[in-house]
Amino acid sequence: MKRPRGRRETQSLVLAAVVVFLLVLLGVLTRGRLLAPDSLQSIAFQLPLLGILTLAQMTPMLTGGIDLSIIATANLCGVVAAIAMTRGNVPPLGAMVFGLAMALSFGVFKGLLIAWVSVPAIIATLGFMIFIRGVSLVLTKGYVIAGFPGSFLFLGNGTLFGIPMPFVVFFLCAVFLFVLLARTRFGTCVYLLGSNPVATLFAGVNNGLVLFVTYLLSSFLAGVAGLVMIARFNAAQADYGEYYLLLTVLACVLGGVDPAGGFGRIPGVVVSVAVLQVVATGFNLLGLSSHLASALWGLILLGVIAINRMIGGVET
Amino acid sequence: MALLGRVARSTEVYLVGVLLVLSVVLFLLNPKFATLENIFDVLRNNSFLGIVALGELVVLISGGIDVSFTAIATVAQYVMGVLITRYAVESVFLAFLIPIPIGIALGAFNAFLVNRTRVHPVIITISNLNVFYGLLMVISKGKWIYGFPAPFRDFARLKVLTLVSEKGVDYGLSIFTVVWFLIAVVTWLILQYLPIGRKIYALGGNSEAARRAGFDIFRIQLFVYCYIGFLSGLAGFVHAELNQMIQPNAIVGRELDVLAAAILGGASVFGGAGSPLGVVLGVLFIAFVKNGLILMKASAYWHQVIMGFIIVLAATLSAYQQNLERKRRKGV
Repeated sequence: MKRPRGRRETQSLVLAAVVVFLLVLLGVLTRGRLLAPDSLQSIAFQLPLLGILTLAQMTPMLTGGIDLSIIATANLCGVVAAIAMTRGNVPPLGAMVFGLAMALSFGVFKGLLIAWVSVPAIIATLGFMIFIRGVSLVLTKGYVIAGFPGSFLFLGNGTLFGIPMPFVVFFLCAVFLFVLLARTRFGTCVYLLGSNPVATLFAGVNNGLVLFVTYLLSSFLAGVAGLVMIARFNAAQADYGEYYLLLTVLACVLGGVDPAGGFGRIPGVVVSVAVLQVVATGFNLLGLSSHLASALWGLILLGVIAINRMIGGVET
Repeated sequence: MALLGRVARSTEVYLVGVLLVLSVVLFLLNPKFATLENIFDVLRNNSFLGIVALGELVVLISGGIDVSFTAIATVAQYVMGVLITRYAVESVFLAFLIPIPIGIALGAFNAFLVNRTRVHPVIITISNLNVFYGLLMVISKGKWIYGFPAPFRDFARLKVLTLVSEKGVDYGLSIFTVVWFLIAVVTWLILQYLPIGRKIYALGGNSEAARRAGFDIFRIQLFVYCYIGFLSGLAGFVHAELNQMIQPNAIVGRELDVLAAAILGGASVFGGAGSPLGVVLGVLFIAFVKNGLILMKASAYWHQVIMGFIIVLAATLSAYQQNLERKRRKGV
């Protein structure tokens, strides 16, 4: 397969230039406070949540699909783990397994429908988003479940050799997904399926199986994000972090993932998550509204798209 | 085309059947459901959803998608709210005219970006959702608007048909329900009989074929995104009337509800399929289920479980039906 490498590389360059520009601009505006150790520390604690969720969104998008149910899945996993710990007195490790198992079991249904009944991903995951959030609501009755054992909170607030635990988890997820996508047969199939599903079918790839595993993977990563989230907040609820949903799509596209499928690499996505978080933190330091940040995220995405169009010329 | 028509029709027949069964079940569970008072109430409260869903339908048929309409409706109604309270605009008609051009202009902006960047419209409209809504929140500081001029308040109580209940309370068919159904008829006429309507189906059915046939793609896209912009502006007006209050965060976040209603009604995310009747039925279906759950005093936590289940089930059945259709055609 011939990949238009040159154009993709200029796109990464454009993104890198945007990052540097933003860092310098916000650095100057905040008089260097953005790059002070404590802001970097806070970025390192906040970034992983968006990061892991974006990784969960990435694989479905590489196949040309989308997963609207990741936030709901993350919350369900968190709620189940939280109930296991607080009401069932299950040790943290067991509770985490419970939560992830719950996330994966919904992932199985979702994957089955998308892979073998060919339900369009956007509708299937939309339905599952509402359904799964409903299950969390039934479980919590809308209340917050709080107060977890200290050993569990370490996952969200502790540090390992000075590096925040959430960041370690994010790093491990990113490396895992990088190896999976770039170095395994499954990864190659994901990219090829995203570019041309008919070609992979005739090449003897089990398209259904690849899609099924893709949505299991996204449920699993969403579950991990859910565990990190409740450990960070020391609380679980049915509808935490819903504004992250569209942000993950945005982060993927900003990082070079083609929404039509087939293209996009982990490093680009990691950089784009960093951009979004730096903008958010910088705005926070400047005392500007988070709504301005969200408007700016939209403008950044449109800007990057426009610049890429100008550089890329006419796409056939 | 004949085949498409048949599939679309069957979706509607199917929906009417499901709606009838649902209504009978709800009536048996709680006779209050079948009172005209309750039905008129449901129709009135869902007119906002119904109007924007028709706009979404037109975009979906063209093969596009718009998730920024909630922000467009919010911006449009907010500007209207500011103007009519500040200048004490007494004319409802004048108030009505404010949100429409705003909606159309923002829709045109979407169309321009979708056409020029060739990036999937879901991405463009997500960005614009953030941009429109973010800027509105920054400028408005999230302030609520209430205390509209008296004519604006009275207009909300306008009914086309007025009846008096046993308790002596007035009820009837709200003007907003009539607007919703009128829009449905207009949308149907446009899609069915105007050249632009046929072009929208053609573009959604096969964009490459439409391009080679020499259609001006930008004009079609401009029409569909301006149409949903126009309806968002109108719906923003209706929403402000229904609630007699404008909260900048009241509408944003309901994008997926509208998408669900359109898809339940037989619109396809791949374009080329769907009809206004189907979408009206889709909205009614969701509205009846929600109303039924409320009348049955089902705990609110179960609403989403049931709604989600219904959407998944409907999507599964429709995909299954399409698979069968494909196999049948291959077999011939």
